[in-house]
Amino acid sequence: MVLHLGTRKGYLAFHRVRRGQWRIARAAFVGDPVSQLLPDPRDGRLYAALDLGHFGVKLRVSEDQGASFEDLPAPALPAAPVPDARAPSVSLLWCLEAAGPAPGSLWCGTIPGALFRSEDAGRSWELNRGLWEQPSRSEWFGGGYPEPGIHSVLVSPDGRRVVCGISCGGVWVSRDGGETFEVATRGMFAEYMPPDRREDPAIQDPHRLAWCEADRNRIWCQHHNGFFRSDDGAGRWASVDVPPSSFGFAVAAHPSDPDTAWSAPLVKDECRVPVDRRMVVARTRDGGDSWESLDRGLPEDSFAVVYRHGLAVDASGEVLALATTTGAVWISEDQGDSWDLVTHQLPPVYAARWS
Amino acid sequence: MARVHFTPNLRRHLEAPSVEVPGATVSRVLDQVFAANPALRSYVLDDQGRLRTHVVVYVDGGAVSDRIGLGDPVAERSEIHVMQALSGG
Repeated sequence: MVLHLGTRKGYLAFHRVRRGQWRIARAAFVGDPVSQLLPDPRDGRLYAALDLGHFGVKLRVSEDQGASFEDLPAPALPAAPVPDARAPSVSLLWCLEAAGPAPGSLWCGTIPGALFRSEDAGRSWELNRGLWEQPSRSEWFGGGYPEPGIHSVLVSPDGRRVVCGISCGGVWVSRDGGETFEVATRGMFAEYMPPDRREDPAIQDPHRLAWCEADRNRIWCQHHNGFFRSDDGAGRWASVDVPPSSFGFAVAAHPSDPDTAWSAPLVKDECRVPVDRRMVVARTRDGGDSWESLDRGLPEDSFAVVYRHGLAVDASGEVLALATTTGAVWISEDQGDSWDLVTHQLPPVYAARWS
Repeated sequence: MARVHFTPNLRRHLEAPSVEVPGATVSRVLDQVFAANPALRSYVLDDQGRLRTHVVVYVDGGAVSDRIGLGDPVAERSEIHVMQALSGG
């Protein structure tokens, strides 16, 4: 069991020694921001997306579990026919996912809201026109960044169903493997917008999407305005009250129990700290009707923020990682009932994934 | 021929030796550099071929003014430095 972390200053792989004790078995790109990772279960490849700041976004792949990496071309937008100060350029590789059963098929979600597809394990990329050419894209805007970004791409095992979450551009569903997309935000709302725009699909800010692998009609959404649940594959969303707060960035879904999910609550958008500075993970086991605040092993005086990709559940649904922008990592081996601090000495953690 | 030098910080990621190439503008000079070293292009230019926001190019000690089309003139014996801008941290 390996916990892969993308951090502000590199890639780290933690291996389990025994319960509560994990060691750093690999480190790569030390000093460089790693914005996303994909340990690909289909072929064992490990993809790492870098954000080199001055020198742009880069993509690397390892075929030996992170011991060595080779360069891949990063997804890039087509150049305008003449130099253009306003034409878009990819500024962050925010989401990497397997695109279906064929090894090497990949989706990459980016800022500025472009979705890319590879069929050859990242050696070439093609812009997804179905989403990029949506007329409403002109209404999308940045959430925490100057430009909109795709942070969540859920993919069914056959690759046909694709659900994208965009901050801020709504939720988009494809049923034909990404050829066409339809917006899917019915029931979502944003109280921080002018009244006549509150239900506008194009301005919704889903912070993160997660679905139950055993029942992909059950999708959870941590949204800027609160927490939402869909029971019909994003056809309709219902607002869910999550104590101690419905605001946050991360959400994780149990892989086999559609009624179980976790979130990492913060006070509110204008005050992004744990409620009463007590760090908790919220867990529901009844589809969001009720929630427990899980705090055993978590600190009482905390300013920790778990960003979009910082809460990860493993394939069994038993083991969770909780990684913060203040460089701490906790692991639970009992679905969140108790947490063991692994380290509090890391750079800000952007992404946590299990393999 | 202009001489082009790259910030040593690039060497953490790839080879970027100083080179001598012909060209009357920054664009033409860099095109020559990238033709011989294609991987270097995306470190200096963005998807649109503009200078990356936090990369700065000096021609004979002056920062270029055309960051979009890279049309600043280059003389026969110009010294060009491709550096990281401190705006990027």
